[in-house]
Amino acid sequence: MASTSIAPQLSRPLNRLALATLPIILALLVTLIIIVLVGAPPLAVLQRMVEGAFGDDVRRADVIAAWVPLTLCSVGLLLTFTAGLWNIGIEGQIVLGAIGATWVVRTFPSLPAPLLLPLVLLGAALFGAAWGWLAGVLKVYGNVHEIFGGLGLNFVAIGLTNYLIFGPWSQPGRATVSGTEPYPPNAWLPTLEPLRVSPAAVALSLVVLLIVYFSLRGTTWGLQLKAIGHNIRSAFLLGIHTQRNMLLAFALCGACAGLAGAVQTTVTYHRLIPAISSGYGYLAILVALLSAFRAVWVAPIAFVFAALSLGSRPLQIELNLDSSLGGVIQGVLVLMVVIVQGFRKRVR
Amino acid sequence: MDTLIRLLASIVADSSPLVFAVIGETISEKAGVINLSLDGSLMLAAMVGFAAAYTTGDLTIGFIAAMIVGALVALLVAFAGITLKQDQVAVGFILTLLCTDLSSFLGTPFVRVPGPQVTPSPIPMLSEVPVIGPILFNQNLVTYLSFITIVVAWSFMFKTQQGLMLQGVGERPEAAFARGASVQRLRYLYTLLGGALVGFGGAAFSLSVKLGWSYHHTQGFGWIALAIVIFGGWHPVRAAFGAYLFGALQTLGSNLQSEFTSVPIQLFQVAPFALMILVLLITNNAGLDRLLAYLPRDVARIIDRIIRGRAPVALGTNFQQE
Repeated sequence: MASTSIAPQLSRPLNRLALATLPIILALLVTLIIIVLVGAPPLAVLQRMVEGAFGDDVRRADVIAAWVPLTLCSVGLLLTFTAGLWNIGIEGQIVLGAIGATWVVRTFPSLPAPLLLPLVLLGAALFGAAWGWLAGVLKVYGNVHEIFGGLGLNFVAIGLTNYLIFGPWSQPGRATVSGTEPYPPNAWLPTLEPLRVSPAAVALSLVVLLIVYFSLRGTTWGLQLKAIGHNIRSAFLLGIHTQRNMLLAFALCGACAGLAGAVQTTVTYHRLIPAISSGYGYLAILVALLSAFRAVWVAPIAFVFAALSLGSRPLQIELNLDSSLGGVIQGVLVLMVVIVQGFRKRVR
Repeated sequence: MDTLIRLLASIVADSSPLVFAVIGETISEKAGVINLSLDGSLMLAAMVGFAAAYTTGDLTIGFIAAMIVGALVALLVAFAGITLKQDQVAVGFILTLLCTDLSSFLGTPFVRVPGPQVTPSPIPMLSEVPVIGPILFNQNLVTYLSFITIVVAWSFMFKTQQGLMLQGVGERPEAAFARGASVQRLRYLYTLLGGALVGFGGAAFSLSVKLGWSYHHTQGFGWIALAIVIFGGWHPVRAAFGAYLFGALQTLGSNLQSEFTSVPIQLFQVAPFALMILVLLITNNAGLDRLLAYLPRDVARIIDRIIRGRAPVALGTNFQQE
C-alpha cells in the first residue's frame, strides 16, 4: 500500500526532470546527426565550441557582452508577447536604436562622457521606441499584421543604415562596408580592459530586466497586458484601453531594443555598421519563446544562447565549418521544446 | 517593341519561383494551416536542390530533393500545429530561423560553385506567334510548369469536389467534418502539398532564375511570398498575378536604378518591403470601406472584389476531431 502511494510522489520530480531534459537530449541528437552529415568530428566540434565560449577570460567576458543586448531584447519582447503581439520588427528597432545613438554622437561629438553617454542611451531608446510604435500603429490603426509590418520595417531600417553609411554618414573620402567613422572615445561605454564587457551595460540590462519583471508581476498595467494577450475582446469589454496599451507595449519593447542598439554601438563596434543588430532581435524571439514569457528564465536562457552563438564562431577558422551551427542548435532546441510540450498537452 | 517583349519575357521567367511558392502557401492556408516558415524553407530547398543537382548532375533529382525538403518542413509545421496543437506561427517562425541557419551550415561546400541550370526549350510553332510567342513560349520547362500550376491549382480549387472540400476544411472544419471529410488528414495532405510546391519554388530559384548558391541566397523572398498570399486574397490566380506584379516592379526598379544613378541604391533595395506594407495597408484597411461607400454600389463591389480578399475563417486554428 505504502509503496503505491509513494511512487507517484517520487516519480513526479523525476518526470519533471525528464521533461526538462528530454528536449535538450533530442536537440543534441539532431545536432549530432547534422554534424556527422557534413563529415565533421563531433567531439572536436564540441571541444572547440566550449573553448570558443569559455576558453579564457576574454571569451567568457565576450559571452557576457553578447548576453547584454540579447537580454535587453528578450526582456522587451516579454511585454509584446504578454499582450499577444509578435514583435518581429524588433530587429529593426535595434537598428534604429543604433542609428539614434550614432546621431546623438555625431550631433554632440565633444560633450564629456558623463553627459554624452546618458544622452546616447536616451536617443537610442527613443529611436527604437518610435520604430516599435510605428509597427504598432500599422497593426492597431492600419490592420497590418505586426509580423508583416514589423518585417517590412526591418528591411527598411537596414536600407536606411546602408544609406547613412554609404551616404551622409560615410567616412570622409571613402564609403565602405566597415561602417561610419569610429566614435570618439568619450562616446565609448567604458569596458574592463582588456575584456570587452562593460559593467555599466550589464547593470543596465539587469535593471531593465527587474523593471519588466515587476511591472508584469505586480502592476495593474501588467495585468491589463495579460488580459489583452489572453482575450482582446473581453479585455476591451472590461474597459481596458486595448489600443493604447498595445501601442505602449510596442514602443517600450522598441525602447529596450533601442538600448540594445546603443550597447552594440557604444560597447561592441564603436561605430555604425551595416549588420549592427547581429541578429539578436530574431534570436531574442527564440529566447522569449523558450522562457514561456517569464522574466526569471530570460537571463539564464539568454546566457546559454549567447554561449552557443559565440562558441560556434571559431569553428569557421579551425574546422572549416560555418558558424551558423550555433543558430542551428538554438533553433533545434526551441523546436524540440515546443514539440515535447505538445506531447505533454496530448497526454493530459 | 523588341525590348519591351524581352523585358516581359524576363519578368515572366524571373517570377516563376515565387509563383510556385505563393500557390503552395495559398493551398496550405486555404486548408487552414499557416506555414510561416517560407523564408527559411524556400532557402533550404534552394540550397538542397542546387546541391543535389550539382552532385548527381541530374536536374530532376535536384527538383525532387527540393520538393522533399519543402514537404518535410511542412510536415513539421503540420505535426506540431495540427497533431500537437501548438501555435502555428511560433513553429513557423522557429523553422524560418532554423532552416536559414541550416542552409548556411550545410551549404558551405556549394557557395559560388558553378553548377547545372535549366536550359531554355522554346515550344515549336507557339514560340513563333508574334508578341505572345516570345513572352510565354520561348521559356524553359520550369516557367511552363509555373503556368500549368496556376491553371491546375485554380481548376482544382474551384471546379472539383475535392477542391470544395479543401476550402471547407479551411473555412468551416466542423461542417466539413459533419459531411464526412477527415479534416486532420486533409490538412496534413494540403500542407505537405503546399510545402512541396514551395520547395519546388526554391529549386526554381537556384537552378533556373537566381543560379547557384550563396549565403542567404533567397533571403526576403519567402516573406514577400507570404505577403503576396494575403494580397492575392487566398486565390491562386490573384496570388500568381501578385507574383508577376512583384517581378515587374523589381525589373522596373533595377532599370530605373541604372537610369537614375543619383537616387540612392538603397531606395530600390528597400522599395519591395515598403511596398509590401503599403499594399497590406490598403487591402486590409477599414478606411477603405468608408471610401467605397461614396461610390456607386456596383463599382464599389467590383473594386472591393479586386483589391480585397478574405482569409479562410479557420486559418491557424485547431480543430478538435471528435
